Amino acid sequence: MADEALFLLLHNEMVAGLYRAAEQGEGENGRCITKLENMGFRVGQGLIERFTKDTARFKDELDIMKFICKDFWTTVFKKQIDNLRTNHQGIYVLQDNKFRLLMQMSAGKQYLEHAPKYLAFTCGLIRGGLSNLGIKSIVTAEVSTMPACKFQVMIQKM
Amino acid sequence: MAVCIAVIAKENYPLYIRSIPTENELKFHYTVHTSLDVVDEKISAMGKALVDQRELYLGLLYPTEDYKVYGYVTNSKVKFVMVVDSSNTALRDNEIRSMFRKLHNSYTDIMCNPFYNPGDRIHSRAFDNMVTSMMMQVC
Repeated sequence: MADEALFLLLHNEMVAGLYRAAEQGEGENGRCITKLENMGFRVGQGLIERFTKDTARFKDELDIMKFICKDFWTTVFKKQIDNLRTNHQGIYVLQDNKFRLLMQMSAGKQYLEHAPKYLAFTCGLIRGGLSNLGIKSIVTAEVSTMPACKFQVMIQKM
Repeated sequence: MAVCIAVIAKENYPLYIRSIPTENELKFHYTVHTSLDVVDEKISAMGKALVDQRELYLGLLYPTEDYKVYGYVTNSKVKFVMVVDSSNTALRDNEIRSMFRKLHNSYTDIMCNPFYNPGDRIHSRAFDNMVTSMMMQVC
């Protein structure tokens, strides 16, 4: 479907565009990740407002995380999170074995160093979504083998 | 229908409040402000309830002599409060519910507007018109 590809293409272009601008001397590379993350944050806020419009009120934090893993992930990435783990003390690890934004790249180690660029937006997406639901968090991502990746969500207790 | 409609942010400050111009505006601000305690109470009680009872619509918050106050809280903890004239007995629960849904839809549209910063006061003509239409039906 064309509409599925649209998000991927737009995202790729967004990353490429930002890095191209950085190369031409507008700020250093580290800023790009932050910029992408901030974009994701705002998008996440808007999306979660729309997605939770018709759902029942959430019971607790875990209920919210489950919603992110199932409904939210399905709508954005067309699949659910493969594995959700938690230590019940505010740390959640979301594992996706075939992350959609990394699927276009060859599996293996070749592009491993470029992977963080393609995960920053999604980190922001999660953080923005959670923040709109009243949970402050820090989201980091890591990749060990190519299409699989892990997002670690650390909840900031207030 | 409604005499006052207010949108309250997560942190309990007003994002939008409008009342019919014929009456004392301050009085409505006060009514809405007092209702926030009842909203908080209802939400904390609702956390324990069964899934099908965990609705966004909170129902009647409290009646006063002249008005009835209804509440609605979104999943992002934004509160909608509506003050209705209690002489208006024709207004049923379902209608209130659908009015809140309309309000919520409209608010979602604002949230998805790229020129709106979450947490700012709402200055939107579309939202204004929608609120006006809800207040107009009174007469």
